[in-house]
Amino acid sequence: MANVGEILEGKEICICAGSGGVGKTTTSAAIATGMAMRGLKVCVLTIDPAKRLADSLGLEELGNEARRVDPALFEKQGIEMEGELWAMMLDAKATFDELIARQAPDEESRDRVLGNRIYQQISSALAGSQEYMAMEKLFELHSEGDFDLLVLDTPPTRNALDFLDAPRRLTQFIEGKSLRVFMKPTGFAARVAGRGANVALSVLKRIVGFDLIADLAEFFNAFSGMVEGFQARAKRVNKLLADRRTSFLVVCGPQGEPIDEAVYFHRKLVEAKLPFGGVIVNKVHYPAEKLRGADPEDLPAALAEKLDDGDLAARVAENFSDYQALAERDAHNIAHLAAELRTKGVIRVPYMDEDVHDLTGLVEINRYLFASSEERVQMAAGRA
Amino acid sequence: MIVTGKGGVGKTTVAVALGMRAAAEGKRTIVCEVAAQENTSRMFDHAQVGFHEVEMEENLWSISIDPDESMREYVLLQLKVRAMRDMLFRSRIFNYLAAATPGLKELVTIGKIWELAQADRKVKSGRKYDLVIVDAPATGHGVGFLQTPRTFASIARVGPIHSQAQTLDRFITDHVNTGTAIVALPEEMPVNETAALEQDLRDEVGVAVDRVYLNGLYPERFSKEEAERLAALAEGEEGSTRAAARAAISEHSRARSQRAQLARLRRRVEAPVKSLPFLFEPELGREGARTLSKRLG
Repeated sequence: MANVGEILEGKEICICAGSGGVGKTTTSAAIATGMAMRGLKVCVLTIDPAKRLADSLGLEELGNEARRVDPALFEKQGIEMEGELWAMMLDAKATFDELIARQAPDEESRDRVLGNRIYQQISSALAGSQEYMAMEKLFELHSEGDFDLLVLDTPPTRNALDFLDAPRRLTQFIEGKSLRVFMKPTGFAARVAGRGANVALSVLKRIVGFDLIADLAEFFNAFSGMVEGFQARAKRVNKLLADRRTSFLVVCGPQGEPIDEAVYFHRKLVEAKLPFGGVIVNKVHYPAEKLRGADPEDLPAALAEKLDDGDLAARVAENFSDYQALAERDAHNIAHLAAELRTKGVIRVPYMDEDVHDLTGLVEINRYLFASSEERVQMAAGRA
Repeated sequence: MIVTGKGGVGKTTVAVALGMRAAAEGKRTIVCEVAAQENTSRMFDHAQVGFHEVEMEENLWSISIDPDESMREYVLLQLKVRAMRDMLFRSRIFNYLAAATPGLKELVTIGKIWELAQADRKVKSGRKYDLVIVDAPATGHGVGFLQTPRTFASIARVGPIHSQAQTLDRFITDHVNTGTAIVALPEEMPVNETAALEQDLRDEVGVAVDRVYLNGLYPERFSKEEAERLAALAEGEEGSTRAAARAAISEHSRARSQRAQLARLRRRVEAPVKSLPFLFEPELGREGARTLSKRLG
């Protein structure tokens, strides 16, 4: 059955998607590490300013340029890096500025856009601009062709839809078609739009204050001339996402809510005709192997005899039954997930005893991501 | 009371627990959701509440604040003439601007929270709440949501939006009436992020954090000495006794590393830290929140 290595065979882009708090950054780093270990030149990109990726790779910090992770760090873990692992943190604002500089017909229009207050807000704060810039950078790096594989750790969005929708929304905003009509009150379009529109505009002025409208008008004027370039680029970005060289991996946790979100996200991927690769469930409580020996009901007694301590035995038994309840929940939720996604490619990563936040943890997670499902069960049983 | 923190830390559970405690004290309380996920109503096995104030149990209400609905309500309150409002909503330019203006959705959402918190409610037949609890969106990129009013006040330099954005900014940063709690998990990176979030809230939004809740702390069920005895037992066993011993050792190891994280968190944040126990329940529902409501300190 599937593992990450098989899913990503021959792929050039891997996009890890999922809601916040499910270990997406760690998973992205582990995937990139695993593929680099197997001989590829891989770059993992994150948009998370929280230094998570840098921390987990043992780097001081990451910038808008790719940096190579020192292979010596892996040697210390007893791992031979056959390929190369690189990492970078996307700076959405810097990427946007670069994009403007490339698209602007001349320096004057570039400076007008960069200096516009609406632009400054959008480039750093507009919902969707982070996501769009992540795609942009991905596209750029892919076009440059320096890496065999790019792994993108997507930003935590309030819902998965935002993320897929970002390029379209941003392009639409920049196009500003319906707004432009109003910016030229003497134009033909305004006469067609008629009196209702004028009233709407005057009401808007009352609510938002004239300045905002004036700033917006200036913004769209500054952008005129770049719109086509943006549209063309957004189209190419979308094409790349739908390409068979791209694979989307959905990352989630085993609780009900993250599982529901993963199901929802998968549906959106299918609807958008984007290539779904598989699903990774983190922090899974593996059930104990088919129990041999003592019957669960006799467990406290059996433990008490072996430990010669009734109190401790009772606590061990209670703890075990709590753990088994969580394992049953996880198994139930994952079965539901597999059925909904019509896939057997559910990769379960166990809940580790130690918090995973450094290379040692990544290497441990890696073993599960790249193992066959039979091996995973064996490994987990070795732990349990 | 604003409850914030990164995704997946249990913000909703803590927000509902805070609500239950206040309701039990006789305070008329409402829990506001802002991401349209209906997590609160689901927790109470209640039908979706939408943009309505619905009572979940005695004194405890819930609302899911939808930005589009907030916008409608806001415009209605601004423009008393219904025909004018309808005309506005049919207008393409208005819909376009409303959808596209950076931060406007967040702004009207905060505006609705402000409205709920007013002693003299703006909404017709709206009754006063003693406590409004906000289950804030996950902090993906720092403090964006809470920072919106401040940002907006600087974009729109004049006009009603400018003064209203200022009002909202004062509302959020009014430390006498508005409190903020961060929910964290006892793991390395969430602890780092909580410390960074507290700093950003203070320096960039001007909000002082009242309390940090460390959620999901494992109980210390086994001592070090017991864990060693169990490790020795697991060596020579197989089947369920071995599995049970291994589960106990895992629990011991997690509980220990979590306590190290709790100590780190206490060192790194200024606000007092209160830990909340991990509940060994498959899904944290209403009763889970009730259990936690008694442990909030």
